[in-house]
Amino acid sequence: MSETKRSPDELRALAARFRAETLRIHAAAPETRVASSLSAVEIYTCLFYGGLLRHNPANPRDPARDRLIVSKGHGSISLYPILADRGFFPKAELQRVCRPGSFLGGIPDPVIPGYETVNGSLGHGPGVGSGMAVALKRQGSDRHVVVVAGDGELHEGAVWEAFLFAAQQKLDNLVLIVDENARCMMDYTARVVDLAPLAEKFRAFGWSTEEVDGHDVEALCKTIGRAMASGFPGPRVVIAHTIKGKGAPSLEGDPLCHIRTLTPEEVEELTGGAP
Amino acid sequence: MSGPKTRMRDSFLQAMKERMAAEKDIFFLTADFGSPVLDGVRKDFPDRFLNMGISEQNTVNVATGLALEGFRVVAYAIAPFITMRCLEQIRINLAILSQVRPMNVTLVGVGAGYSYEVSGPTHQALEDIALMRALPNMGVWSPADAATAAEMARQALGETGVRYLRLDSHPLPNLGDAPMAEDMKRGFRLGGSRGSAAAIVSTGYMSHLAAGVRDELEAGGIPVRTVDLMNLSSPDLAALEAELAPCCAILTMEEGFIGRGGMDGLLAMHLAPRLPKAKWAHAGLAPHYHFDIGPRDDLLAAQGLSRPALARRVIDLINA
Repeated sequence: MSETKRSPDELRALAARFRAETLRIHAAAPETRVASSLSAVEIYTCLFYGGLLRHNPANPRDPARDRLIVSKGHGSISLYPILADRGFFPKAELQRVCRPGSFLGGIPDPVIPGYETVNGSLGHGPGVGSGMAVALKRQGSDRHVVVVAGDGELHEGAVWEAFLFAAQQKLDNLVLIVDENARCMMDYTARVVDLAPLAEKFRAFGWSTEEVDGHDVEALCKTIGRAMASGFPGPRVVIAHTIKGKGAPSLEGDPLCHIRTLTPEEVEELTGGAP
Repeated sequence: MSGPKTRMRDSFLQAMKERMAAEKDIFFLTADFGSPVLDGVRKDFPDRFLNMGISEQNTVNVATGLALEGFRVVAYAIAPFITMRCLEQIRINLAILSQVRPMNVTLVGVGAGYSYEVSGPTHQALEDIALMRALPNMGVWSPADAATAAEMARQALGETGVRYLRLDSHPLPNLGDAPMAEDMKRGFRLGGSRGSAAAIVSTGYMSHLAAGVRDELEAGGIPVRTVDLMNLSSPDLAALEAELAPCCAILTMEEGFIGRGGMDGLLAMHLAPRLPKAKWAHAGLAPHYHFDIGPRDDLLAAQGLSRPALARRVIDLINA
């Protein structure tokens, strides 16, 4: 069982590296959703290197692990290099994303070591995670269930059923991290179906709610850590304010960045061409 | 129909409740749907019972999470809602996920076919067989009586997998002898006369109607083989083929839309080619919604599903 804790400087360096690796994966596999994967780089980095998520690459289903559900499955291509780095699968697999025979698809499935559930069809993580959280509590386990969801995903009605349920059941082992990158597929969420004020909505639902800059690894680690350790008698949410397409200026300001593809040349420029 | 009448849900729940005392890994969810026996489950096992409220989508998702952590889960609700309101959740988290991660989840829907005869199309389950059958890995079980429903509770606890159990809401008499272990394994129960030239294959409530049709025909000198098809996803087709080999006329009967992939689809696609000499006909509900208030048998009769009309259909099929 591993619980790796790195310094803020190391976390920043790791996040930069994983961002570059995500871009390179995208250059080779343009079918991947790069913008929503880039917004979550620091979230995944903090979970796996910030001393937050107990995990066991040698036995991904180790009962002593914390459960991680990546509800915004499509937006977790940036988790691939992290899982490879942690040893869930060989790094060489990163060269084969979306290639025939690879288990690393454009939308991750639980055939990938490290993924618990079917994701990418949006809105399932909070409910399935709530079920796991109930089970762990009833079994006397002190493990956490961490769900990473997008904000656009919160347009799905089923998540609100889960939010009501988790509060009713006082699921103090459930931590939701919302990657609030402010954009769904076709536009800014505020212009499609506005989710604001999101924090107030969660508070009204009975959730412990914190907001943080989702690209500030130091603050992010502290906030997620505080949420996990808090004595609050119910579920907790960390709303991570992020930028969709973070690190790729052509994506950052584009309301349609979800469906944009970067050319290999753009990626080379962004990553300095280094392998 | 004769004999004492029992609700399938009561026998199913009773069988579950008996097992829950000794087996601590059985968890019961209901989407705000009850029964007197369920009150006992709630009272005796409060740590393994949750009323999820009117939220079938979340009920299936929470069932999934519990099952991934090792619980055997029953999720109980009104039939159209636990199948169609949450079809996406069933597809993603039960049908797809169970192929990769072993889990045991039983969706129990009460209100097969026209069970809710005064409630109209919202509460009637006429598409559920086809929709659940469309999902790989999803078992579709359809008992005709309380004894079978109790057997299916035991079967569900004994098999890893995900399945939908389609229960009638009305008290019904037992169709005959309780199904034997062999019947449960094969997924069908036989009635009537072996070696008959005519057969009726039916499921659920229609198996009671089929027994009446059979008795009427046999009183008129026409022996009939009846098959109560309990497993609508993976019955033993080779065994069924062997039983129906002597038949020249086979009528299927279901309380659901026909021509849409229900039980008729299963038999037409997978059994009819094995029995090329038999003449087949499929009785069920024409794909159209009805807002009429029933007694159920009147609703069925209005669509040609009365005992005399079906008996005539068998005779016509034999003579065709």
